[in-house]
Amino acid sequence: MGFLWFAIISVMLAGYVILDGFDIGAGALHLFLGRTDDERRKIMRSIGPVWDGNEVWLLATGGVLYFVFPQLYASSFSGFYLPLMMVLWLLMLRAIGLEFRTHINDGIWASFFDGIFSFGSLLLAIFYGAALGNVVRGLPLGPDHYFFLPLWTNWSVGAHPGVLDWYTVLSGVVALVALCVHGANYIVVKTDGELNERARKTSLVLTPILLLLTLVSLFATLSIHPSLLANYNALPIGYLIPVLVFASLVGIFFFQKSRHEVAAFVSGALYLAFMLVGAVYSLYPVILPAIDPQYSLTIQNSITASYALQIGLRWWIVGMVIALGYFVFLYRMFRGKVNLESNSGYGD
Amino acid sequence: MDSAVLIHRLHFAFTITFHYLFPQLTMGLAPLIVALKTIGLWKNDQRYDQAARFWAKIFGISFVFGVVTGIPMEFQFGTNWSHFSKYAGGVIGQTLAMEGTFAFFLESAFLGLFLFGEKRLSKIAHWWTGMAVFLGSWLSGYFIIATDAWMQHPVAYRSTADGSVTLSSFWGLLLNPWAIWQYAHNMAGASVTGAFVMAAVGAYYLLSEKYVEQGKIFIKVGVISGIISSLLVIGPTGDGQGRNLAHYQPAALAAMEAHFDTRTADLVILGQPNVEDKTIDNPLVVPRALSFLVNRDWKSTVRGLSSFPESEWPTNIPLLYYAYHIMVGLGTIFMAVMLITGIQLWRKKLYDSKWLLWILMLSFPLPYVANTAGWMTAEIGRQPYVVYGLMRTIDGFSKSVSSANVWFTLLGFLGMYTLLAILFLFLVQREIAHGPEHIESVVSASIKGGKITAARRS
Repeated sequence: MGFLWFAIISVMLAGYVILDGFDIGAGALHLFLGRTDDERRKIMRSIGPVWDGNEVWLLATGGVLYFVFPQLYASSFSGFYLPLMMVLWLLMLRAIGLEFRTHINDGIWASFFDGIFSFGSLLLAIFYGAALGNVVRGLPLGPDHYFFLPLWTNWSVGAHPGVLDWYTVLSGVVALVALCVHGANYIVVKTDGELNERARKTSLVLTPILLLLTLVSLFATLSIHPSLLANYNALPIGYLIPVLVFASLVGIFFFQKSRHEVAAFVSGALYLAFMLVGAVYSLYPVILPAIDPQYSLTIQNSITASYALQIGLRWWIVGMVIALGYFVFLYRMFRGKVNLESNSGYGD
Repeated sequence: MDSAVLIHRLHFAFTITFHYLFPQLTMGLAPLIVALKTIGLWKNDQRYDQAARFWAKIFGISFVFGVVTGIPMEFQFGTNWSHFSKYAGGVIGQTLAMEGTFAFFLESAFLGLFLFGEKRLSKIAHWWTGMAVFLGSWLSGYFIIATDAWMQHPVAYRSTADGSVTLSSFWGLLLNPWAIWQYAHNMAGASVTGAFVMAAVGAYYLLSEKYVEQGKIFIKVGVISGIISSLLVIGPTGDGQGRNLAHYQPAALAAMEAHFDTRTADLVILGQPNVEDKTIDNPLVVPRALSFLVNRDWKSTVRGLSSFPESEWPTNIPLLYYAYHIMVGLGTIFMAVMLITGIQLWRKKLYDSKWLLWILMLSFPLPYVANTAGWMTAEIGRQPYVVYGLMRTIDGFSKSVSSANVWFTLLGFLGMYTLLAILFLFLVQREIAHGPEHIESVVSASIKGGKITAARRS
């Protein structure tokens, strides 16, 4: 049961990263890719009907995490107090920029909302990456399973870690580039003309950089945490995961080159999924690693009682089947390239 | 009181109060929009479709604000109330996760279709997307109420070895008797907000002699639904909620009424609770009415606050008393306003009655005040517990987060929410100034489009 819920939460998290990832990435590239007012409106309209649903994956994942691993929710959320609050503010800024750009479509106001949308998205991508980096690096959990992190450090990864050190900043940069590639791939699928071409070129330039950064972060992770390989050595099939990560990166590049737009986007989604799978594969059964391993939160010491898990599994399956149905329907309704003229009620 | 817990409480209180300004409007408007669309479909009357479209825009704006201010609420359980979360997450995590899974997905997926898909969908299909948004928003409300109801009246749990609680009965949690009444009362309250806002915009249009046709529709729908909801909010829902309190939280009820001695109880209409002397200053009362309301017996005794140890008293009795009395007082005014305007509407005199239109227009903020006061009554009444009878508030906050950090983020939220409030007012004012007919021009084209799509489908 514990493994199953660990897998379910990992899948939901991957779902969130893939779905909200493309609209965050599109946001981070918004000012760069959208050169004219029309192009910016196209980018926003391509994510307009779906970003809110994508963000619900964060809430749903958080909710499931809450009832399955209450201790994890309590420890990590209070420990990451300041960074999480900033994530909340960034989520708000982004939503404001996105929604109100479409309501107030004139002159400097449009520029203002473009700016906060793009700026918020960009910082959010870095924050998410840094958060994941913090978890992988390990946290100063005490015997009571709580911790509190300072924001700044002297950049070294040591016994007294903080939110930002060279490793977590590196993770933030990897996340930013990864989501930019993902967002660019999405814009390629959803638009045509110059914007489509510019997004495609951006993806082609960024993908090799992402490959390089992924390699660097892989070696960086192993250098600060050689023990993360334990699960891979115990069950060597796991070594397929990094192979798949690189295969999907090559896939993005290859498919963008040959103008297989959807295939390139799917490759980008797979890249994000395999990166996360690689991380959780090395952590299992730990869910929040402590600097001092005896205080780590594991599935075993954090999970709630089995009745709640069994009943939760029943409604979760029902709920997810229905939710997937909505998403298939929603994305089908808004499939195809964005067209500013035909679509009423949005952006005008 | 310990200052750390106080600042954590303020943080939650401020963010939740601000947040709930938006869901109460969306939940209140959702059934009205469905009603407008239904009439439009039924009578094949374009004016109602147009009205629905206008309110869908207001709904959409309010919904976005509800979403962005709602995400911090779920986060704060972990960030600011980690000890409470560790203790109760095994139970209330269920309802919160179900809200995400069943309500938010439904609501967010179909809101996109509802707002942007009118052209791509047939008329019936578009009606169903509106219905889905309505269901999603009301379902979301239920899961949140079930969560709060568990904190007010914990059921369906058992203790675990590490001192936490875990769920012992799924249906026990969902069908908590407290949740049923609280939900009915709360939704009636949200409907009052929706009705007053709709009627107020209609009154504004009539008074300013713009969009008069639409204004009349808004007033008619607003007043009729306002009569229903303002009656429901008092009875049976308000009464049921009050009797739950008498049964499960007698100390909270006594404090709300500032009823100190155990004896037959008067219903206090006005007066200032004097906690030091355990009396009420300048009282204006209905003799023995509280005895009747609680026990259906004018001569029965009601347990007074003095019979409870002071450690069980709500921590801020005057505020609790005022919150409760403001809610009840305003509820009475709502009923009166809606009944009087309803009678004039029936006599076909409302649209010409300037002073009634002024009252309708100006009273829209009051339901917001009443709903806020109602929630303050519930949450301050629950003190000194965070989970009634099980965990005290002082044991629930994040001990690892220092109060200076909480001050920092509280100030951040104050700034951010000031900005949000200005934006919200600006955007809504803009939609109202644009008026419903502005949308018509865009829409007549899209209706043609809808017909084409429908024809192509058949």
